[in-house]
Amino acid sequence: MRSKVVFARMLRNRQTRYGLIALLLLLLLAYVGPFFGPHDWLEKDFTAFMEPPSADHWWGTTQIGQDVYAVALHGMQKSIVIGFLVALISTGLAALVGASAGYFGGWLDKALMWGADLLLVLPSFLIIAIVSPNLRGGSWLWFVLLLAAFSWMITSRVVRSMTLSLREREYILAARYMGIPGWKIIIRHVVPNLSSLLIIDATLNVSAAIIGEAGLSFFGFGVQPPDVSLGTLIAAGSDKVPGYSWLFLFPSGLLVLLVLSVNLIGDGLRDALDPGSNS
Amino acid sequence: MGAYLLKRLVSNVLLVAIAASMAYFLAATSLNPRAKYEGRQPPVAEAVIDSTLDDYNLNDKKPVFERYVTWVSGVVTGDLGKTWQGKSVNDEMGRRIGVSLRLLLIGTVLGSGIGVAVGAFAAIRQYRVSDRVIGVAAFVIMAVPVFVMAKMLTIGAVGMNELLGTKLEYTGEYTPGLSGWDQTLSRLNHLILPTISLCLGQIAFYSRIQRNMMLDVLGQDFVRTARAKGLSRKAALLKHALRTALVPAATYFAFTFGTLLTGAIFTEKIFGWNGMGAWLVDSIQQNDTNAVAAVNLFAAVCVLFAGLLSDFIVAALDPRVRVS
Repeated sequence: MRSKVVFARMLRNRQTRYGLIALLLLLLLAYVGPFFGPHDWLEKDFTAFMEPPSADHWWGTTQIGQDVYAVALHGMQKSIVIGFLVALISTGLAALVGASAGYFGGWLDKALMWGADLLLVLPSFLIIAIVSPNLRGGSWLWFVLLLAAFSWMITSRVVRSMTLSLREREYILAARYMGIPGWKIIIRHVVPNLSSLLIIDATLNVSAAIIGEAGLSFFGFGVQPPDVSLGTLIAAGSDKVPGYSWLFLFPSGLLVLLVLSVNLIGDGLRDALDPGSNS
Repeated sequence: MGAYLLKRLVSNVLLVAIAASMAYFLAATSLNPRAKYEGRQPPVAEAVIDSTLDDYNLNDKKPVFERYVTWVSGVVTGDLGKTWQGKSVNDEMGRRIGVSLRLLLIGTVLGSGIGVAVGAFAAIRQYRVSDRVIGVAAFVIMAVPVFVMAKMLTIGAVGMNELLGTKLEYTGEYTPGLSGWDQTLSRLNHLILPTISLCLGQIAFYSRIQRNMMLDVLGQDFVRTARAKGLSRKAALLKHALRTALVPAATYFAFTFGTLLTGAIFTEKIFGWNGMGAWLVDSIQQNDTNAVAAVNLFAAVCVLFAGLLSDFIVAALDPRVRVS
């Protein structure tokens, strides 16, 4: 099986292995860690405002007495979910659009690629920031869709050009002459043959989405209260720098570790699955 | 070649026009400059608000399309409209482009220059300790978002000021009240931290590209030929290898410079510089429709020019392009 070969090759790469271990540890921290902390993330300790890290509050407290350890881990859960969802949607969209454009060609190809060009010209930051006030009160899932909508274009171009050459391969010609409809060929034959590119792209999209979310939330355009994410926490903490730096340092540290581990995996994957590339 | 370039230019101009129009419609329908006047104490009469907003082409009672036509006829003649306070968007933009350029010119040139040098150095010393240290450092720096980096620099500067008694500035562009030589020094002082925050990421980025490119080129025949015809190792590396390997970095340079003009949002906001990037955020937060539209138009035009610029740079550096 091809997928087994791919998986084995992935694990043989040292970078990917370390990245996977680090990511697993971070996931454990985010989802299991809160059970070991002495406080719940919604709890407010009215005897400790803006306290530095101590035995009771491991990472200190905020100005309303929340435990930074509990809040930061809760925020990290949201950041992880957003990162993975955005990567999944954006890579899926890139694969579908790129493969259809390349496979069907003609006016569909022109229209889809022109749309991709248009989305590239629009500065995504601006559009998301303008649209997000209208979604206030709406769910953060909208925000995920917006982030994904602006991150698939370049990959879809790569997918398209690779599909153009795949289209002429014998097995695809054979499938076409057997009368199998185009969309089925794309799902069964084209996309699986691009899997290594797509896996790498999805991984790198995870870290890009996590940073993108944090960046937008930094200005209040991203995740809206009462939801918290690493971005909103960093934004809230960065006002208190340098006096109360634990409010800023712990969420930022988690963010950097998260991005670092995902990037390690992505980089290793590229070495393992795509030996020809060099960027 | 000429026809191809012309065709590309036309399609790009069309894209910019569509992008700018879409941004205008979005801003005009979802931002609410009226709220800026309605909340005032003492209250302003509605008729007064209406006539003021009419003057600035911001009245939400007028159909969006009508406002759009007014806006476009202004933009075509080079007038970007008025801010919500009634000031000229053009003046504000000119001032802010100046601020951004001052920050970005130094930052981008330093960042890409040092990055290319570091990358080329790492490639020549492949797999040695220095190469590995550079590689790991670049990898870690690229995982740190700008806003975290900028704040860390602030924390570092405050700590250094306390410990060593230095006076490293971390907010604003200049110190009011100074003049002459002192003001020049103060401006330079204010530049240090934002420039570092802009540079570090770029150095990491360029060093990775340049290292890979350089490694590709180092093994090629023309470098060996250069050595064989008697050039020293240094001359062969600098004249033949580095120049060829510069092409991709130069392409990125053109593109990042175009996007940086509005892309230094975090650096400008965190260090208190009122440039284009900061305006992008401020205008949205202030419900300043015309300013938002202007920034967006500017950003789209920048990307367009960056594309053209990168074509020219590649043609200048890569002889093969000129021949074909």
